[in-house]
Order: sequence, then structure tokens, then C-alpha cells
Amino acid sequence: MGERTTTLANAPSLEERAYRIRRNALRMGEVQGQGYIAQALGVADVLAAAYFHALRYRPEDPEWEGRDRFLLSIGHYAIALYAVLIEAGIVPADELETYGTDDSRLPMSGMAAYTPGMEISGGSLGIGLGIAVGMCLGLKRKGSDRFVYNLMSDGELDEGPTWEAAMSAGHWKLGNLICLVDVNRMQADGPSTGVLNSEPLPEKWEAFGWHAQRVDGNDVGALVRAFDAARALEEPKPRVIICDTKMAKGVPFLETREKSHFMRVEQHEWAQALEALEAGRKA
Amino acid sequence: MRRAKRMPPGAQAPTAAEQAAEGGQLPGQPLKKRLTTSAMIASLASEGQRTKPAPFGHALVEVAKNRPEVVGMTADLGKYTDLHIFGREFPDRYYQMGMAEQNLMLAAGGMAHEGFVPFVTTYAVFASRRAYDFISQGIVEEGLNVKICCALPGLTTGYGPSHQATEDVAIFRGMPDLTIVDPCDALDTEQATRAIAAHDGPVYMRLLRGNVPLVLDEYDYSFELGKAKLVRDGADALVVSSGFMTMRALEAAKLLEADRVSVAVLHSPTIKPLDEEAILREARRGGRMVVVAENHSVIGGLGEAVAGTLLRAGVAPAAFRQVALPDAFLDAGALPTLHDRYGISAEAMARSMKSWM
Ligand SMILES: Cc1ncc(C[n+]2csc(CCOP(=O)(O)OP(=O)(O)O)c2C)c(N)n1
Ligand SMILES: [Mg+2]
Repeated sequence: MGERTTTLANAPSLEERAYRIRRNALRMGEVQGQGYIAQALGVADVLAAAYFHALRYRPEDPEWEGRDRFLLSIGHYAIALYAVLIEAGIVPADELETYGTDDSRLPMSGMAAYTPGMEISGGSLGIGLGIAVGMCLGLKRKGSDRFVYNLMSDGELDEGPTWEAAMSAGHWKLGNLICLVDVNRMQADGPSTGVLNSEPLPEKWEAFGWHAQRVDGNDVGALVRAFDAARALEEPKPRVIICDTKMAKGVPFLETREKSHFMRVEQHEWAQALEALEAGRKA
Repeated sequence: MRRAKRMPPGAQAPTAAEQAAEGGQLPGQPLKKRLTTSAMIASLASEGQRTKPAPFGHALVEVAKNRPEVVGMTADLGKYTDLHIFGREFPDRYYQMGMAEQNLMLAAGGMAHEGFVPFVTTYAVFASRRAYDFISQGIVEEGLNVKICCALPGLTTGYGPSHQATEDVAIFRGMPDLTIVDPCDALDTEQATRAIAAHDGPVYMRLLRGNVPLVLDEYDYSFELGKAKLVRDGADALVVSSGFMTMRALEAAKLLEADRVSVAVLHSPTIKPLDEEAILREARRGGRMVVVAENHSVIGGLGEAVAGTLLRAGVAPAAFRQVALPDAFLDAGALPTLHDRYGISAEAMARSMKSWM
């Protein structure tokens, strides 16, 4: 088995991948009954495009030196990453039902020592991008042409360390760094603009020396084009893809529910959520 | 050396490659219910225990009614530190500073410069680890009147090391001039909130939020800043404790009655400055073992503070023991599981004490 490749004739579409990621996330959410479900549903398309279009990795050897690094700075989004790691064959599907339970390899907050394919211990928010800067410097030193992806949230844009890292990446002209920002317009205390307004975003990143793109983060086609552009760019600059996503995307009755950082879903609603998701599945 | 990855649960777990060969199908059987990490917001209350909602938030509202200079400031954790109660009551005195703990502390220092009394909230890990320098140089070195009130002290969430402030007291004890308070329950939290508001100077308070157990109203007790109080007397062992470990010590003492072990509990909610007088007075009384119980690492917390006090005064108890968290990054998991695993549940504490007698 070699590097994952998307040229397999019978490979599922990215939309189908995203559907399965969402399904995995809902199944995990049900184990806890509440949690970061809306985030996972919202970011599923970004993860589908990352893991099944852009990233180079070997499912059977998650620590393969030639992999692109994917950092989950947002530890609480672990449910979303586990969902894609399962779909990618890096984490066995039957561990899904252990999510957040005692002695599981899938704790509620993502940690490097627990899970195959989890590169860093995130969760103390705002630390991923700085670690990515160091990894990019290290990879360059080793003569590697691999990319480092850092997935962060709009809330992390509040943190000073994010902008220290951004300035550093611009200074070092880190062309091997691709930062993904999930702009779901939500934080712990409520809508992001009310908590701390971080707009205008592309202009900020550009001013820090970055190549910036802003896309609909629930449009798989647009994401693919953005990943392609970020990877193909010749200019020696770090690249950011600002992804505007919709919380709870794919489950209409949760999409319209009052948005919440830590969503409670009643016991009888999980089956309904899976059905609603299935109804929207593209054949 | 880098921490090694965990092994999958169960010896015969199929490999990811085997799973993939089977088409990555989801298991068909219904999900079993297990003990889950659940929320950040896991309550410390045991089944059927009396609780009070948001004692800090409600007490602060009462304080602020007569003190227009009191303001609330948070770093995207108002709802998770009960400061939203204050925010609802006084929206124009409530400052949402965004998830930027370092700036939060500097801005609080700035407010204090202008004569306001900020009550700032975040989680204990972020105040102690991320914002330490900003608290030291932006607030405490100048003696500014800021109250830093932090949820999730010690081991009060199953989220793992990113949220478990197992060394916050160790970190803050090293900071000169900072008062450190670790209340036990809802009553203690309400009274401590009023007391730190009345005190002129920087304070770090470990915050219990949400539905907080109510225990100390059954005892002849009231909070006084800087004072340790004997809440229960006993002949065989003296427990010196802070935070919710006083509640656990009182439960453990009841469990130990069955073994005819008589336990005194000296609650010391002010960790700095420590009430050395009360501790020495009790430790000198009749050859009892001294056990220090705290929701914190064995390193640098109340245990070492008490040990230093005893040694410096030349007081040698029959024995000295600590009920505290190990010097380690702790596991993720359900809180009751972890409290038992690390020896700070009432049962585990009683077991330890019995083995030491
Ligand atoms: C440094 C730090 N401060 C505070 C927190 C607590 N916290 C966890 S998630 C969160 C909200 C951050 O915003 P975002 O990630 O955009 O939230 P979401 O989109 O998941 O609602 C906060 C404040 C944290 N984990 N780390
Ligand atoms: Mg967000």
C-alpha cells in the first residue's frame, strides 16, 4: 500500500466523504449526548477536501516521514478529526463508540499521545500556528518538500500568540505552511463578532505577509480549488485559506437551532439527525 | 523523550488496515452507555447532594450593587465562570475581552489604574500558564486591586492537561504580594467573594462554578480572609485542607469513624498568606498525624506550604502525609473516575488515611 491517492477509479466523491465524516461525528456525539457537534458538522467539508484531496499520508503508517503534517490546534474539534481519521482508515471505526469515555484513545480534547494521526496536543487555544512555524522551519532544514497544515478556529484569532506566529511565518517566508481558519462565527460566549471582531480577515493576513484566500467552507469544489491554489503558489509565502462555514451544516433542524458552542441534542434527536443527514446525501 | 502513543483498547482490536479492508463499515450494534467525560461543566456534587447555582456570580452581583467601581471582565468564558450573571445584571459594567487572556490581564491592570475594581475570569490553566507574566507585571507588582477568579482549578474537568490546572497554586504561590484563596463550597465561595471585594489588593481565587455543593452551612463556620478554621475536631489525625478537598476530608472523616479513627479537619481556604498560627496551634496538639489534602499537585501547593511552616517552627507531627494529585500530566476521562484514580475522592482519601494509621 502506498501513498493515498485520489485517482482510484471507484473512490468515493468528496461529498460522500464529507457525508461519512458527518455521520461518524453524529455517532460520536451521541455517546456524550452533547458537545462540539455543530463545529464538526460545519468543518466536515474542509476536512474531506484536506484528507481526500490535498494531504499526502499513508493510512497504515500515520507517522510516515513523508506525510504532510496536519495540526489540530483546536483540541475541542477532536470529534471532527476522529471522524475523518476513521474515514481515512487511520483510526479503526469500532473505536468511535469509545469517544470521550474512560481510557479511550479518542478523548474529548485532541492529544498527541492518545490517537494515531493526531500530531499535537491542542486545546489550549492559539498554540497550533506557532508549532506549525517550527515544523515548517524543521522540514525546510531537513530538505523536505512536505506541507504543514494548521486547522484553527475564528476564536483563536483573538489570541496574541496567533499573530506572533503569523508575523513569524511571514518573516520566514514559510511557503510550506497552509493555515486553515474555520470561521463559523461562534465562540464560547456567543457569536464571534460580539465577542471580539477580527474582521477584515484577508487584509490582516496579507498585511502579515501571507497569501490569503477566502472561500465558502461548505463548498467542496471551492475548497479543492483553494487547496490547489495554495499548494501550487510559487511565491515563497505562507498561505491561509479562510473558510466560512455554517455550524451544524447538513442537519437542517440543528442548523436553524439557536447556535451553541456546546450543543445539547436530546436522546431521541440523534436518530432524527442521522436521518436528516442521510436525506441530504448526494447519490 | 516524546510521549509514546497509546495502544488501542482491547488486545484483539482490528487494525485500521483490516477495518479499511472491510469497507470501513460502522458497527451495527447500539452504542453502549459508558462513563463519559461529558462537559467541562461536570459538577462536583455527589448524587443527591445539596447544591447552589452560581454562588460567585450571585454574590458578585450583591457586592456590585453598592460598589459602582466594580466591573467584570472575561476572556470568552463569561458563561463558563458564572460572570454572565453579573453581565446580565450590569451589562454596561461587563467587558467581554475576547479569548485573549494576556490582554485581559493587562486591561484589568489598566482599569485598576483608573480606580476600578475588575473581577476578571478565565480558566485557571490560562491565567496561571499563559498570562503569568501579564499578571505579575501588569497587576501584582504594582499592587493593583484586581480579583482574578478562575474556574476549573486543579482536577475539576476530565478534559486532560490542557484544562487541568494541577499546578496553578504552585505557580501563583511564587508571586509576591498575591493573595490566593481556594474556597470549599457554595457558602465559602459567596463569603470569599465578598471578602476579596472588601480587601484592597490583587487576589487569585480558585472558582467553583455551576451547581456548587453546599456543605459548610452544617458546620459552625464562616470565611475570613487569611484565617484557617477548625470545622471538625478529632484525636488521631489532623487534616489541613483547602478547596473542595475540605468537603472530601469531612466525608472521609465520617467514613473513618467506622474504623474508630477520629479525624480533625482544619479548613485553610486562604493559601497565601497562610494562617501559620492556626496550623501550628493545631499541629502542636497531641501527637496527631498531619495530612494535607488539596486539589492540586503534590508539588508547590498547600502541602509544601504547611510542611515548610512546620519545619521552620520545629514542629514534628507523628507523621506527615499528602492527599494530592501526582506530579504528572493527568489522564482524560470522567471526573469521578479520575478523582478515584488519583486518590482525591472521599473513599480513596479514607483508604489512604486508614493505611497510614
Ligand atoms: C487559551 C484558551 N482560552 C480559552 C479556552 C476555552 N475555550 C474553549 S473553546 C473556546 C471558544 C473559542 O472559539 P472557537 O474555537 O471559535 O469556538 P467554536 O467555534 O468551537 O464555538 C474557548 C474560549 C481555551 N480552550 N483555550
Ligand atoms: Mg468559532
